[in-house]
Amino acid sequence: MIELFGAAVDLQPIWLTLEIATYTTIILLVLGTPLAWWMSQMKSSSKVLLEAIVALPLVLPPTVLGFYLLIAMNPTGPITEFLRFFGFEGQLTFSKTGLVIGSVFYSLPFAVQPLMHAFEAIPHRLLDAAATLRASFLDRFRTIILPLSRRGFLTAATLSFAHTVGEFGVVLMVGGNIPGETRMVSIDIFDHVEAMEYTQAHILSAIMLVFSLFVLMLVYGLNRRFGVKVG
Amino acid sequence: MTKNILKGNLQLDLGGFKLNSGEFALPLEGVTVLFGRSGSGKSTLLRAIAGLDKRTHGQLSMDGEVWQAGSKRLATEQRHIGFVFQDAALFPHMTVRQNLMYGINRLPKNHPKADFDKIVRRVGIEDKLDRDVTFLSGGEKQRVAIARALLMSPKLLCMDEPLSALDWRSKAELLGLIEELVEEFKLPVLYITHAPVEVERLANQIVFMQEGQIETIETLQQSLKRPDSPLFDEQGAVSVLIGQPGLVEDGLREIKLGDDRLYLSQTHDIHTHTVRVRVLARDVSLALSDPADLSITNHLQVTIDELIPQGEHRVLARLKLQNGQHLFAELTQHSTQRLKLQQGLVVYALIKSVALAE
Repeated sequence: MIELFGAAVDLQPIWLTLEIATYTTIILLVLGTPLAWWMSQMKSSSKVLLEAIVALPLVLPPTVLGFYLLIAMNPTGPITEFLRFFGFEGQLTFSKTGLVIGSVFYSLPFAVQPLMHAFEAIPHRLLDAAATLRASFLDRFRTIILPLSRRGFLTAATLSFAHTVGEFGVVLMVGGNIPGETRMVSIDIFDHVEAMEYTQAHILSAIMLVFSLFVLMLVYGLNRRFGVKVG
Repeated sequence: MTKNILKGNLQLDLGGFKLNSGEFALPLEGVTVLFGRSGSGKSTLLRAIAGLDKRTHGQLSMDGEVWQAGSKRLATEQRHIGFVFQDAALFPHMTVRQNLMYGINRLPKNHPKADFDKIVRRVGIEDKLDRDVTFLSGGEKQRVAIARALLMSPKLLCMDEPLSALDWRSKAELLGLIEELVEEFKLPVLYITHAPVEVERLANQIVFMQEGQIETIETLQQSLKRPDSPLFDEQGAVSVLIGQPGLVEDGLREIKLGDDRLYLSQTHDIHTHTVRVRVLARDVSLALSDPADLSITNHLQVTIDELIPQGEHRVLARLKLQNGQHLFAELTQHSTQRLKLQQGLVVYALIKSVALAE
């Protein structure tokens, strides 16, 4: 709790938001890369179904997604059961872990789509050439695919991060509004507005606005500087 | 050099196209050209041989080493091959040197190392090593690609239409370079093209392909002996004479064909021990005696081997040179009858125009 412009403002929701967005982005890059690669190489018609599933969070109202996630993450839901198999204890709903899992689903298309398009843009003969130069698949991935899809990774990371920071519906459904545990900044601002605390809402909103602008400028600046041509 | 034999029978179903090579056994020496129309499966076969398509089935072995057994495939990166792609396929995020070092850095420790400086000089890219590959011309890119493949010290060099994307000048330069490199490095090469001139210049043997199948495998000479050779295009029948370059005198280059001599007006430097001279059948006339007062320089004494009637009152005469090589002459039926030409007759072939195959 700090004093800003004569109002007591709790910055905790901001830190929590950044923390969850960071975890979500890292997980999405790790899981999204193989998924996006696999999809970029698919030629069969099942690709259409997979693409549609990955794109669902773009279209579904966040509350719908949040509702299903809530069900899947309740103590006997499939996601909880799955994680218990790996030794997970405790509950997912209304917890930080649950929020991260929810955000991963919610932001999935923002990571997978840019990566998939970046991978698709790499001419396949470059990978063939690397194979004739004795590079194994992982070697080719590291030395040809990764450097040639840097822009895709930058875009994927930025969009997943930004989208997670801005989420509301899923967070509310899955995480609830527990201070210090699941109260993210978007919900906090909503609460302040409901309680007619416009000063706090103003301050938090302004911080988010400036922060978002700063992050995006940084990313676009990097993109410009390290942009890689393909061709 | 021990003879490498590439043996197998490969199938590859690409949905709209099926490769079914049939049994083949290629003694790999010099250049083997895969020849056929586009869509005949040349590239698909070469990719299957290189192991670049996971869906390949069948058998393939190189020198006894199994490369494919059923659907089990030795990975491309373990096949000791070099591959030159149609459009070079250089890595755009690396310099020329990094492109060249990419393969070298991945060679097993005990693998024979090629001489980097020599190859780079030989291919003519020594002043471009630190350039960004995106700024190279098409010909330069292809030179880098060739050097990159040679540096792998491959057992087999695969080239998939390496010249087709180039302008005529680079094409001529690179064709000469490839010819010299093949002789110099004694590398077996599998070369795809649909240009008869490239075949005539480079091929030792030819694999003719049609509709995903290998039709025949012949030497260049066997294939050029057939009056209906698929190598003949709208220019008609062609002969390729193999000779040794002699000296240049009075602006003419002497080419030795056994005891016979040909004289060419091309006098540029020749770096190979043998040259191929390309003669169009329609540029060859016959005379019963050796005419002295004639502007045509090249007269060769030949024996008529066979007279093959063509359509439209034309006759293709297959002639045998004194050293056994074959030469086609295209004549009219009228002059054949007038000169009473027949098999076994000794006549003089007058060659209006001769050029090095290029």
